[in-house]
Amino acid sequence: MNDHSAILQQQVLDALNTETPLNITGSGSKSFLGNPTDGQTINVCPHRGIVHYDPRELVITARSGTPLGEIEAALAEAGQMLAFEPPHFSDSATLGGTLACALSGPRRPYSGSARDFVLGCQILNGRGEILRFGGQVMKNVAGYDVSRLMVGAFGTLGVLLDFSLKVLPCPAASVTVTRECSASEAIGNMSALLGKPYPVDAACYDGRNCHVRISGSAQAVKEARTKIRGDVMPHAEAFWAALREHELPFFEHSGTLYRVMVKPATPCLPLEGSWLLDWGGAQRWLRSNEDLAKIRHCVESEGGHVSVFRSDDPLIDKFHPLPPHLFVLHQTLKSSIDPKNIFNRGRLYKNL
Amino acid sequence: MPTHPKINDALIRSLRNILPAESVLTDTEELHPFEGDGLSVYRQLPLAVVLPETIEQVQSILRLCHQQRVPVVARGAGTGLSGGALPLAEGVLLSLAKFKQILNIDPVNAMATVQPGVRNLAISEAAAAYGLYYAPDPSSQIACTIGGNVAENSGGVHCLKYGLTVHNILMLKVVTMEGDLLTIGAETLDSPGYDLLALMTGSEGLLGVIVEVTVKLLAKPERAQVVLAAFDDVIKAGEAVSAIIAAGIIPAGLEMMDKLAIQAAEDFVHAGYPREAEAILLCELDGTNAEVSEHILTIRQILNNSGATEVRTAVDEAERQLFWKGRKSAFPAVGRISPDYYCIDGTIPRHQLPHVLRRIGEMSAEYGLPVANVFHAGDGNLHPLILFDANQPGELARTEEFSRHILQLCVEVGGTITGEHGVGIEKIDAMCFQFQSAELTQFHAVKAAFDEFGLLNPGKAVPTLHRCAEFGAMHVHNGQLSHPELERF
Repeated sequence: MNDHSAILQQQVLDALNTETPLNITGSGSKSFLGNPTDGQTINVCPHRGIVHYDPRELVITARSGTPLGEIEAALAEAGQMLAFEPPHFSDSATLGGTLACALSGPRRPYSGSARDFVLGCQILNGRGEILRFGGQVMKNVAGYDVSRLMVGAFGTLGVLLDFSLKVLPCPAASVTVTRECSASEAIGNMSALLGKPYPVDAACYDGRNCHVRISGSAQAVKEARTKIRGDVMPHAEAFWAALREHELPFFEHSGTLYRVMVKPATPCLPLEGSWLLDWGGAQRWLRSNEDLAKIRHCVESEGGHVSVFRSDDPLIDKFHPLPPHLFVLHQTLKSSIDPKNIFNRGRLYKNL
Repeated sequence: MPTHPKINDALIRSLRNILPAESVLTDTEELHPFEGDGLSVYRQLPLAVVLPETIEQVQSILRLCHQQRVPVVARGAGTGLSGGALPLAEGVLLSLAKFKQILNIDPVNAMATVQPGVRNLAISEAAAAYGLYYAPDPSSQIACTIGGNVAENSGGVHCLKYGLTVHNILMLKVVTMEGDLLTIGAETLDSPGYDLLALMTGSEGLLGVIVEVTVKLLAKPERAQVVLAAFDDVIKAGEAVSAIIAAGIIPAGLEMMDKLAIQAAEDFVHAGYPREAEAILLCELDGTNAEVSEHILTIRQILNNSGATEVRTAVDEAERQLFWKGRKSAFPAVGRISPDYYCIDGTIPRHQLPHVLRRIGEMSAEYGLPVANVFHAGDGNLHPLILFDANQPGELARTEEFSRHILQLCVEVGGTITGEHGVGIEKIDAMCFQFQSAELTQFHAVKAAFDEFGLLNPGKAVPTLHRCAEFGAMHVHNGQLSHPELERF
């Protein structure tokens, strides 16, 4: 009933015949991400539903159009979760969109990213073939890891049909410890935690306070609480959800929002604007009126990269430019999977 | 390809222009140590072995081979178990043995940058001073190199909790067959563009030559403790595994051994295993002191409720090490009771374990070849060891056939033909069980995007459609043959 793979396959074959570029969409909740793409819309939303879920196997398989909320609800019933804590950015967010955009939330540095939890997938490639890669087991090294390659490709490598993901039990207990400090101090504290065997599973600095979430068994949380300085934050769950969904006051201002990726211990960068540090300092949100070239140069000099996450300027190139050799490899790789270049042209980079 | 001796001479002269004379080996005697890897039934002398020590040399070698269309096989420590580093008679074997520098340990960012020939364990040893370690621990970790680990996406006994190599690396420097140096991934948690880091990991040396690896380091857990449980029935042990997972505990390691493996290991290292048990489980818990104590209580209760005949927590670190020593010595222990053994590496959904073990038992009787089972139970990775004698005519062939049937069974129950050892040359035919022609064709297209002429480790990892047709093991999907375009043999 909800298996629309044959219909999607026909749409791809038709597009191939007429060489019509396609714009793959889900619910549209991530349309603000990446670059705009032309093309005929192919909507994956009707292809939905959880195909298989056995909590004892720690694996869920669901079609791409399945609302993320539906998946999380099914997991929660069995006391499990998507450990990469994906942001939704809308109630209608789908699994496919989340993975195509490689979105992970506050737990990412401590548990792994969206792609880390991918075990296998089924896609439609640019020849209109339905292909299955990976599997439903934790360990699988047969063939190239095409499943994880799909994560963050913004639909440029195929129509994502379904994914099998590893899931984890929800922590038995969790507490968030908050302390007022400077950004530099927060960076020092958060990176120092990387070297400590405490069950930290989120850490951020909101411009004023450093918040550290400790999760695990009741005893582990109680014990670690005594080792990390600060006060217990009330309603911490709502705070982390607001951070994940970009609903904190920091994100309310208009203007360009940059996502700056650096090594976690990188000192505060000399760029004007306001900062919010997530992922223990490894993912930094910047609101700034500085010139994009200047921002890129500054972040690059620290070995990092920057993308334009939200912007009113549709023409701005959203992602960090790639070195020439690597870009050529992206082009040849895309044409090995999508030879007629029909999927999401330009969504990731111009000329890709 | 330069099969003509004169062309070979020219190639070797060119290689000697790139490298010092002692780094280009061509005498049969010098080539012998490189004739195979951990899968010793396959052996082949290469045309030459080269031992570069700089990235520039690797680039020049690959540029030359690309220009001359000479195939290249990269090699780390040669501990691989699927023949991935098996040389080609007409090819160059590129050893990364001289790349053994730890370039940087960055404790504040919890990462390390190393050359590909650094041993897996050496990274953890170097990081230990900072209370950090590198998590993936393949059982060959004392010898295997990080470059090989990346090429194979190696696992280990702690995968369920800490992931495979792909989950624990950040950045690679890779030389393409054309000699270009690429940086893949970044020192940051993700990088712009496609996730080539994932694609490169486990690509078995077919997409590029890894010349530098940046790994993620983790804080060493405060405490690790292991519980041993004995069962009078393998199925009960399997159910206990599911019960542990269902209780919301992710053990650091969860290993199962069957009777033959238990007895072989016990006779070899005297680990204190119960010899009469049909199966044992080793369940390791790590974390903070309080967390481990709490989880051990829960685990002991689960194991008792699952019908364990005996549950023992290691009394001290020495006993914990001894319990593990038994498990880690299982392969050589089996080697003592049989002239040869053949190790299989399939993964299955855990709930299929009783069915799969029963079928393996039945097949063992049919083939007249005993099997010892060791099992990374937490992540469904089964290592049946077939006992055989290569000196008995036909026994190796029968063993290989038996092995393929086990892998076919793994695929039938929703698993895979290799969990961590790779496809290499060994499971090239078994790939035809798992993938249909469209997927295999796609793999070849991906390979061509990196290596147009197919010169890097050709003949490994991904079979040609022709080979699958000859092998006759393709899927028949919906009553349709996978390769209608191909002749049948």
